[in-house]
Amino acid sequence: MTETPYDDEGAFVPPTRFAVPGRIAVNNGAAALWQRALITEIRRETPAASTFRLKVPDWQGHLPGQHLMLRLTAADGYVAQRHYSIASAPDGSGEIELTLDHVPGGEVSGHLHTVARVGDTVEVRGPLSGFFAWPGDRPALLLGAGSGVVPLMSMVRHRRLAGLGLPLRLIVSARTPEDLIYADEYGEETTVVLTRSEGRLNAGHLASFLGDEGRPDGGWEAYICGSNGFAEHASRLLVEAGQPVDRIRIERFG
Amino acid sequence: MTSEPRTTPEAAFEPAEAHEPAEAYEASFELAEAFEPTRGFTGRARAADRDPRLPPGQYDARDGWPVLSAEVTPRLAAADWTFRVDGLVAAPRTWSWDEAHGLPSSEYRGDIHCVTSWSKFGVRFGGVSLDTFLAAARPLPGATHVVAYSHTGYTANLPLSDVTGGKAWIVWEYEDGPLPAEHGGPARLIVPHRYFWKSPKWVAGLRLLDRDEPGFWERNGYHHRGDPWAEERYAGD
Repeated sequence: MTETPYDDEGAFVPPTRFAVPGRIAVNNGAAALWQRALITEIRRETPAASTFRLKVPDWQGHLPGQHLMLRLTAADGYVAQRHYSIASAPDGSGEIELTLDHVPGGEVSGHLHTVARVGDTVEVRGPLSGFFAWPGDRPALLLGAGSGVVPLMSMVRHRRLAGLGLPLRLIVSARTPEDLIYADEYGEETTVVLTRSEGRLNAGHLASFLGDEGRPDGGWEAYICGSNGFAEHASRLLVEAGQPVDRIRIERFG
Repeated sequence: MTSEPRTTPEAAFEPAEAHEPAEAYEASFELAEAFEPTRGFTGRARAADRDPRLPPGQYDARDGWPVLSAEVTPRLAAADWTFRVDGLVAAPRTWSWDEAHGLPSSEYRGDIHCVTSWSKFGVRFGGVSLDTFLAAARPLPGATHVVAYSHTGYTANLPLSDVTGGKAWIVWEYEDGPLPAEHGGPARLIVPHRYFWKSPKWVAGLRLLDRDEPGFWERNGYHHRGDPWAEERYAGD
């Protein structure tokens, strides 16, 4: 057994190649700060999911794929908080959008879906985590299921809004057409997999992107978001199709 | 993007609930003046029946055990698993699966806490105390911190004092069965008094250092220590 190495600056480097380094440096100041957010719009996306548009006056900007923490406070000081992915592209408007499922019995999502209305305030802190962020600098292969499409949609929207030319493919899985979030917004970059009628995501859906002809120069940065079951399945398909494990980023519900 | 934290009155305010025991009602009444509560939000669990095992800002995941690893779950056979302790130790060494199983067994029964807000009560993990491995490797006097790393390359940093004295284990059993791969099997580190990102799955080794070096999530905005009872989730908390 040999000693594991240190890098040029003397920092420890694990013996296996590092799984997935973060994509961006994280703004720790923004992460520490709770800010008031005003609900300016609520849109139903599917029977189970709605989009909440929030005005956050001091929002410092985010990258597609980042999330935030949202907190509700009762009159007596009781608080409940959860992480949610940001759905909107960074657009400098001072407003951001979240799309969330109404989780059965969910304390926070239940309130937002059944009690909250335009004009209410909540609190948010973020953006958080640089690991799942996509700065728009590498070709992106995005695989999402259910509301796992939310952070990926931020990437799709960012690419359109910023007029980025680099390759991006989105494969989105939903049970039925009624369960498909953002159904009207998908373009030719997107493949929809409706699992009830056509079965789950399979190698055939990926073959044209991961073969020698479909793979862009420099390869794909892959982002997977969904339930743990979907993430395990989708990541296995990617690895079997030759995608390097250190270029697969996974965000699982929970 | 600027990185200077600003301190507006709203931003500086932290409800007593977040840092004090749940019954701190007097302090929490100040909240209505300092921050307008969310209209119509009453909350599922009231302070009076909040489980005292629950750190601030956490909820009880009950039967659930979310999987949140950021990388592909490795297919690592027990026969291929090894655990190494090196760095600032007198006797660096590597244990195979069988060698590790030959050490005196030890278990953890208690609670675990994830930074994404769930906690899980009364779980059992079986394996070997990390103290047993460290006693064999004999840390040198200058060792103050460790980087725990995984067979995937994931890393987490911890003060040496956080993983000694009966506070950390290498485990391969969950409840009465083998630790499932998606939860870190064949073997993982657990450091249950810290948020669980400090407990690397598929653990491969521990390097002892004379300084603190951030690990994977710590470089991605998370807190260096990660004490759930102080709610140290993110850098700056």
